[in-house]
Amino acid sequence: MARIVIERLRKRFAQTGPLAVDSVDLTVADGEVMALLGPSGCGKTTTLSLLAGFLRPDEGEIRVGERLLSSPAGVVPPEDRHMSMIFQSYAIWPHKTVFENVAYGLHVRRVPRREIVSRVEEVLDAVQMKHLAQRYPAELSGGQQQRVALARAIVVRPDILLLDEPLSNLDANLREQMRFEIRRLHDATGITMVYVTHDQAEAMVTADRIAIMNGGRVEQVGTPAEIYERPRTAFAASFIGRMNVLEGTLVGVDTVACSGFVVRAAAGVSLDTGAKAVVCIRPQHIVLGSVNGTPSAASATNRVVGRITRQTYLGEIRDYLIEVPGGMQLRAVTSPSLQHEIGSEVTLELPIEHCRIVEL
Amino acid sequence: MASKLIFVLALAALAIMVVLPLGWLFYTSLQIPDAAQLSFANYVEAFTKSIYLGPIGNSLIVATCVATIAVAVGTPLAWLLARTDVPGRGALRALIVAAFVTPSFLGAQAWMLLAAPNSGWLNKIWVALTHAEHGPLNIYSLAGAIFVMALYNIPYTFTFVYGALELMPAEMENAASILGARSLRRTLSITLPLALPAIIAGFIMSFLEALAEFGTPAFLLIPARQQVVTTQLYLFFQFPQRIELAAAYAMPLILVTALLLFLQRRLIGRRRFTMIGTKGERRRLTPLGRWRWAALGAALIPSLVAVFLPYTALLLTSLSRAWGLGPVPGNLTFYWYRWALVDNATTQSAIVHSFTYGFAAATIALAIAVTIAFAVTRKLVPAGELLTFICMAPFVVPGIILAIGFYSAYSHKPLLLYGTAWILIIAFATRFLPIAYSNMTSALQTLSVDLENAARTLGAGRVRSLFTVTVPLLRSAMLSGWLLVFIPALRELSCAIFLFTPRTAVMTTVIFDFSDAGNFEAVATMGILIMAITLAIVGVSYRLLGRSLVEQPA
Repeated sequence: MARIVIERLRKRFAQTGPLAVDSVDLTVADGEVMALLGPSGCGKTTTLSLLAGFLRPDEGEIRVGERLLSSPAGVVPPEDRHMSMIFQSYAIWPHKTVFENVAYGLHVRRVPRREIVSRVEEVLDAVQMKHLAQRYPAELSGGQQQRVALARAIVVRPDILLLDEPLSNLDANLREQMRFEIRRLHDATGITMVYVTHDQAEAMVTADRIAIMNGGRVEQVGTPAEIYERPRTAFAASFIGRMNVLEGTLVGVDTVACSGFVVRAAAGVSLDTGAKAVVCIRPQHIVLGSVNGTPSAASATNRVVGRITRQTYLGEIRDYLIEVPGGMQLRAVTSPSLQHEIGSEVTLELPIEHCRIVEL
Repeated sequence: MASKLIFVLALAALAIMVVLPLGWLFYTSLQIPDAAQLSFANYVEAFTKSIYLGPIGNSLIVATCVATIAVAVGTPLAWLLARTDVPGRGALRALIVAAFVTPSFLGAQAWMLLAAPNSGWLNKIWVALTHAEHGPLNIYSLAGAIFVMALYNIPYTFTFVYGALELMPAEMENAASILGARSLRRTLSITLPLALPAIIAGFIMSFLEALAEFGTPAFLLIPARQQVVTTQLYLFFQFPQRIELAAAYAMPLILVTALLLFLQRRLIGRRRFTMIGTKGERRRLTPLGRWRWAALGAALIPSLVAVFLPYTALLLTSLSRAWGLGPVPGNLTFYWYRWALVDNATTQSAIVHSFTYGFAAATIALAIAVTIAFAVTRKLVPAGELLTFICMAPFVVPGIILAIGFYSAYSHKPLLLYGTAWILIIAFATRFLPIAYSNMTSALQTLSVDLENAARTLGAGRVRSLFTVTVPLLRSAMLSGWLLVFIPALRELSCAIFLFTPRTAVMTTVIFDFSDAGNFEAVATMGILIMAITLAIVGVSYRLLGRSLVEQPA
C-alpha cells in the first residue's frame, strides 16, 4: 500500500528565514495522482524533496503505508524509499548510454542480467525509445531525454513516482502530448504519483486531485472540477482559470458590499458581518447588456453599470475590460456577435448562482 | 582610422612576440654552424645520441609519475572537500591555494634545506633520534624531483575536479540515490565518471607542467647528474653553446604539448558533458561519521609537506645568520632582510626589475589581448580564427623553448634585443598572453553586443559607446587579466634564466645564482620576499575583484 500521509510538515532553510513549507497536511491515496500546483517559491518543490528524503523536516512527519519515513528525528535515505523521481533537468547521466541509464536502478537492485535486458527493452519500447538504446544523452532531443528519464524511473517498478516539473523544459506541443502520455502511463501501471507543476493545465490533465500551494501552505485540495467550480480562497480562485476577484465588506451572510454596488452569492460564508471578503465570478458568467433602452439601467443588487475600457476580438469570443464605480476593472467574455464600443456604458449582470464569496 | 591603427600595431606586436620567435626557432633548428645550407642534421644528432636520449626518458618518467601522483592525491582531496562533511573545509582550501601560489622551484629550495642528504634538517632529526649513520632522505634524485613537483601540481587536479564537482547538478547524484544507489556506489558510478574530464585535464596539465618545468630539475637533478629535457637544453646553452641543437631538441616538446591538448578535446567524444543545471538545489554531503577526523588528518598531509614544512624552513633560514647552525637563539637575525632590501645593490635592482618588467609585460599583454579579442569577438576583422590561434600558440610552448626562440630571433640584427630589458618584458608578455587573451575573450563573449548597440541607437558614436558602455563593464575582467599576467611574470624563471644578463637580473634569476653559489640564507630571504609580495597582491585583488583569481579557468 503506497498511501502517503504528510502531517504538519514544516521546513525552513535559513535559521531566521521564512518557512519554505508551513504546516502542510496532505494525504495521497494508493494509486492516486496528486498534483502540487502553485507559483514558484510556494514550497511545492521543497515538499517533494522532503518526500524523496533529500531534506529533513523541521517538524511533522511523512508516512508511507505504516512506515515512518521522515520526522525531525531522522529520515530514511532516498535510496531506501522505493520511490522514483523525474527531475526538472531530467538528470540523465551524460556518460552512460540510454540503455545504461535505464538499467542503472536494476543493477543496483541486483536484478539478474538477462532480466535486466528484457525489462529495459520492454520499457524502452513502451516509451518508443528502443531504437535509440545505444545513443548517448547528448545525441538526443529534449523530448527523447524526457522519455529516457521516464523509462529510468518506472523500470524499477517503484511504489511511488515523484515528478518535479517534468515537462517545463519542453516546447509547447511536446508538453501537451507528454501530459497525456504520463496520464496513460499512470493508468497502465497504477503507480502512486506526486506531480509538482506551476502549469494549471498540466495539473488538470494529469492529476486526480490537485493541492494548491501558496506561501508554503496548502490552500485547497480537491479534484480539478471542485477547485475550478468551488475555490475556497481568492488565491485558489485566481490560480485556476481566469477569475474576477471583487474586494468588499461582508454586510450579510451571503452579501458583500463593494464600493458602489452590492453582490449576493448563492451560498453564504461563516464569517462575521463587517469582515473583509471577496466575491469571485468568472468572466464568461458575466452578462453584458446595453444601457440605452433598458429601463432599469441603474445599479441594483448583482447589477452594476460600467464603462468599456478595452475590447479584444479573439475570433471565438470577445474579451472586454470594464471599469465599474469605485475604479475596479472587471473582465467579461461574450459571444463575438455582441459588440460594445470602447467608452460606451454597459450593464453587468452577475448571476447569483455563479457568484462565490471567499475569504480574502 | 585610429582604431585601424591600434589594430595594426597589435598585429605587429603579435608578429614580434609569437610569429618571429617560433619561426626563428624552427629555422635555427635547421641551421648548421658555419654552413650555408639547411639540413636535418641537428635532429639526427639530438635524437640518436644516447646521451641526449637519456634525458628524454627521464622527462617522460618524471612527468608520468608527477601527473599520476598529482591526480591520485588531488582527486580524493577534491571529493573530500566538495562532497563530505570533513571539518575545516574552508581552511583546507586556503592551504591548497597557498600551495598553488608557491612556485615549485621555491618548494625545491625549501626541500633542499629539509632533505639534503647530510645537512637536511629532517635527516639531522632522524639521525639524532635513531643514531643512524645517514638520514633516509635524498632530495637530489629523480624521486626527490618527482616528489617536489607532484606537491605543487596537486592543486591543478584539485581545482579542476573541485570545480567540476561544484558545477555538477545535484540532481545527477540525487537521481542515483532515489534509484537505490548508496554513497560509495553513487560516487564511483556517477560522481567520479562525470568528473572524468576534469581528472584527465588535471593529469594532462600536470604532465605538461612537469615536462616543461625547469627550476626544480635544475636545483635537484643537475647536482645528481641526472638530466631531463629542460636541464639538457640549459646545458646546450653553457659553453660550448649549441643553440641549433637546442632548437631541434626542443621541437618534440612542442609537438607533445600540442598533441596532448588536442587529445584531451577528442577524448570526451560522444559523451559530451553538457549538463542542464537547475539552480537553488541543495546538495547532500556524505557524512563521514567517525572517519571525519581521520579524513581531516589525511587531507592535511599534502598541505603539511607542501606548505607548512617548506615555509617553516624558508622562514627560519632567512632569519638565521647561518642556516647550518639551525634555529637556535644566538643565530636568529633580520640581517638578511636588511641585506636584501638595503645593503645589496644586486638584490635591490632585481626587485625593481621584477616589478617594472612584470608591470610592463602585463600592460603590453593586456593591451594586445583586449584589442585582438575585441576585434575577433565582434567580427570586425577577417581571419579571426587565425588571430586566436596565434594568441593562444604560446600556451603550447614551454617557457624554456620560448626563451630559445627569443634568443635565436633577437640576439642579432635587425632586432637586437638580447641584453636589454625588452627581451625579458616581451618574453613575459608572450608567455602569459594566452591567459590574458582567453580571459578577455570569455569576458567579451558574455557581453552582448546589444548593450553597445543600444548606446549607438541613442546617438553615441562607435568610440563613445565603446568607452561609456563596454569598457566600464569590462573593467574587472581587465584588472584580473592584468594580474593574471603580472603575478606569474613576477615568479617566472624558465624564460628569464636564458634571457637575462647581469644588468637585467630579476628576483628569480638572483635566487638561481645564489642557490648555485650555496648561499641558502639569501635564497630563502628572496623567496620569502617574492611570496610576501605575491600574497599581498593576491590579497588586494581579492578585495578589488571579490573572488579568487586562481580559480578562474585560464
